[in-house]
Amino acid sequence: MTTAALTLRRPGGRPGALGLGISTLWLSFIVLLPLAAVVVRSTDGGWDAFWDVVTSRQSIAALRFTLEVSLACTVINAVSGTLIAWVLVRDRFRGKSIVNALIDLPFALPTIVAGLTLLALYGPTSPVGINVAFTQAAVLMALLFVTLPFVIRSVQPVLIELDKEMEEAALSLGAGNRTVFLRVILPNLVPAILSGAALAFARAVGEFGSIILLSGNIPFKTQVASVFIFKQIESDNPIGAAAISVVLMAISLIVLIGIRGLGRWGARHDR
Amino acid sequence: MTVDRRWRITLRTVALGYLALLLVIPIGLVFYRTFEHGVMAVWDSVTTPAAISAFWLTITVTLIAVPLNTIFGVLCALALARGRFRGKPILNAIIDLPFAISPVVIGLALVLVYGRGGWLGDLPFQVIFAVPGIVLATIFVSVPFVVREVTPVLMEIGDEQEQAASTLGANRWQTFWRITLPAIRWGVAYGIVLSVARCIGEFGAVSVVSGKISGETETLTLLVEERFQNFDLAGAYAASALLALIALGTLLAMTKINPRRDDE
Repeated sequence: MTTAALTLRRPGGRPGALGLGISTLWLSFIVLLPLAAVVVRSTDGGWDAFWDVVTSRQSIAALRFTLEVSLACTVINAVSGTLIAWVLVRDRFRGKSIVNALIDLPFALPTIVAGLTLLALYGPTSPVGINVAFTQAAVLMALLFVTLPFVIRSVQPVLIELDKEMEEAALSLGAGNRTVFLRVILPNLVPAILSGAALAFARAVGEFGSIILLSGNIPFKTQVASVFIFKQIESDNPIGAAAISVVLMAISLIVLIGIRGLGRWGARHDR
Repeated sequence: MTVDRRWRITLRTVALGYLALLLVIPIGLVFYRTFEHGVMAVWDSVTTPAAISAFWLTITVTLIAVPLNTIFGVLCALALARGRFRGKPILNAIIDLPFAISPVVIGLALVLVYGRGGWLGDLPFQVIFAVPGIVLATIFVSVPFVVREVTPVLMEIGDEQEQAASTLGANRWQTFWRITLPAIRWGVAYGIVLSVARCIGEFGAVSVVSGKISGETETLTLLVEERFQNFDLAGAYAASALLALIALGTLLAMTKINPRRDDE
């Protein structure tokens, strides 16, 4: 690599050309080739087989529940995330920096451990007598756990940067707390809330590790798409699994494009 | 916002209560359950041959995946921040794909390429249900971290110093080692910490490709699941506590690196 780097001197070679070449190769081999295999091989059994798998009652139920529970998780996150971000930025209390550091814990903690910890408190062996294991509520709880940081970490910096003068002006003109929040603070936060919520949604749609111990995988009830795909692979039906995956990936892709669109929209409307 | 005291206390209580019920109490309970029968029981549980093998497999896979993705991440960030080429939005979108795709689908993707009847199913060595598959899955899921941490830092510092260095006769290699790398080192460090946490904690993708052969292709996260499914709850808690300790170490590293990263 040294000689290659040396020959690419700045005046002559384009900056980043070597990096671009290696990056493209790496991404193609590691990411694109396997994903292409999923898309291409999902129709190995023909279009009819693809259609049959995707429109089977069980996969529709799994996909539908995945969408519904992810949307619920996203909405709750948008509210609770904004609230927690507000408390972390504007409130003062002892131990705030520790709480702030803890927010990232769901990113650092393995998902299987997340599922196990929730099961310890809210499962059959719960010391407080709450048992939600193998219910839809358990799936929602797992999703809320793993997606906790997204909205908070997206709203926090915007809230820190937010001009306090605007709020003070509104207050001095006689606006109440409610009005200030709804008409001054919230409009400034909306782009950040939306982009954080979109990330949380994309994560929730594909979540697997934290759900597998909690959901019980009951078809038509608590079965989510990712666990359904996993069961298809286990029962030696990778092509059927690929078909459902393609649908799941299409949903993720739409969300990703949505995030980029939101970012641009937010940038245009930036104060 | 100058919210009156009553409201502030209410909001604070709701926020902290939510975090306590969702995060702190469950994790605290797992630690309590782990150690309620004494430290020796935990020690015995995390030093069984299967646990030691799982531990070293996890470490080995991480030590392969993280350096590779660090090199890729820095090169890719340089290309994104300094290069001018068409298709940059496409490259950006591809880098984010591992964040948006279900870990199970990632595992399935590798099975469809390297498994029986796959596109590259006839390699002279086994990939699926073997260590290479676990490595590939882990690399896949940890691709974006270093790129995403380093690119904004490179954009921020600009390339004036790099240009000055090259005007003064430094070649690209010298410029990189003496100018660029020192400037981005905390960004790289932060990306590495996030990658390590993800590599150690990956479950879904690895669980599809590993085959879960105890003592051979079982990582720490898979060990947690296996023990849970075999009704060895104490064992599952012990392995979880070990992983949770690693996660807390990660958090500590993040809080130590973050301020320095902001100073750059």
